[in-house]
Amino acid sequence: MADIKIDEEVDITDKVCPLTFVKAKVALDELDEGQIIAIRMNDGEPVQNVPRSIKDEGHRILKLEDNEDGTYTLFVQKIGE
Amino acid sequence: MADAIDYSSLKKGGFMRQKQKGYFSLRLAVVGGNLTAENIKTIAEVAEKYGHGYVHMTSRQGVEIPFINFNDIEEVRGKLAEGGVKPGVCGPRVRTVTACQGSAICPSGCIDSYELAKEFDERYFGRELPHKFKFGVTGCMNNCLKSEENDLGVKGGYIIDYKPETCISCGVCIKACREGALSLVDGKVVLDTSKCNNCGRCVKSCPVDAWDYTPGYIVSFGGLFGNQIYKGEQIVPIIKDKETLFRVADAAIDFFDKNAKPGERFRLTLQRVGEEEFRKVIQKAYEGV
Repeated sequence: MADIKIDEEVDITDKVCPLTFVKAKVALDELDEGQIIAIRMNDGEPVQNVPRSIKDEGHRILKLEDNEDGTYTLFVQKIGE
Repeated sequence: MADAIDYSSLKKGGFMRQKQKGYFSLRLAVVGGNLTAENIKTIAEVAEKYGHGYVHMTSRQGVEIPFINFNDIEEVRGKLAEGGVKPGVCGPRVRTVTACQGSAICPSGCIDSYELAKEFDERYFGRELPHKFKFGVTGCMNNCLKSEENDLGVKGGYIIDYKPETCISCGVCIKACREGALSLVDGKVVLDTSKCNNCGRCVKSCPVDAWDYTPGYIVSFGGLFGNQIYKGEQIVPIIKDKETLFRVADAAIDFFDKNAKPGERFRLTLQRVGEEEFRKVIQKAYEGV
């Protein structure tokens, strides 16, 4: 995604549910409002559930990109402090 | 004195005979698995004073107080009534209506299961029938309340409608869908309705609310999970309104009442009488003709 400027990256492919979301949440907590993070996650359960959990936290999801290596990258803008 | 005990009328009032002579396990009325703190205090007091100081949680969200002596039955009934606790039922009638917490509490819920359970309870609980009849309500496809094991089960779902003008083509819903019903074509989401199971995961995962949805009821009939095991079957499409839902439920329970032999479960009646006949009755009720 050339048009999305990333401030931070986190790789949660080394975690299993629910720690995938926990790791993503911790990374989001460290951002400032409006900053964008790229979260790399595995296909299957993480990509089915993590985007929804992040939405429920109130953040803005911009894009989900298929890396075509069994992983996906979710671009999220932090909303709130 | 034992000869004078009318077991069937006690059973109707929730008193289940124990192995131990003269003792009953008292089943209480519970709807959708909820009890107030006041109810629980009263139950605890009765269990301590008249029982053995414990309760048993049944497999269908009920509560029983074991070891109630026959001689205390009237007193126990009175004590429970003071705390707003009603006796449950056993025997050939409509049993406890079970429910999950549904959309009022659970993020996955598509329908207000508890509210619907209360409505079913008011409409049918304790109704006399040829044999037991069980209702269960589950809020979504996760099926925590095992809809299809009931004589009549209801499962919540969403009937969905895509809003291309709102969609940002992020692709989240396509991965959230477990049925492979969604794909991205020319930057927009395409829904294959033949694959959609109304789970609503697309709606719940969408970051920009690009899906319109109507909550609906997926009804299954004739489930059994006892001596014989059958999965309840869906006969009509997902139902969009309560009026239709109750019409269909009325038709099913009336069919059972009219056709079942004493002691025969719904599924076995359907098999004996012929499922075609039942399908016609339900289809008519669904269409409201």
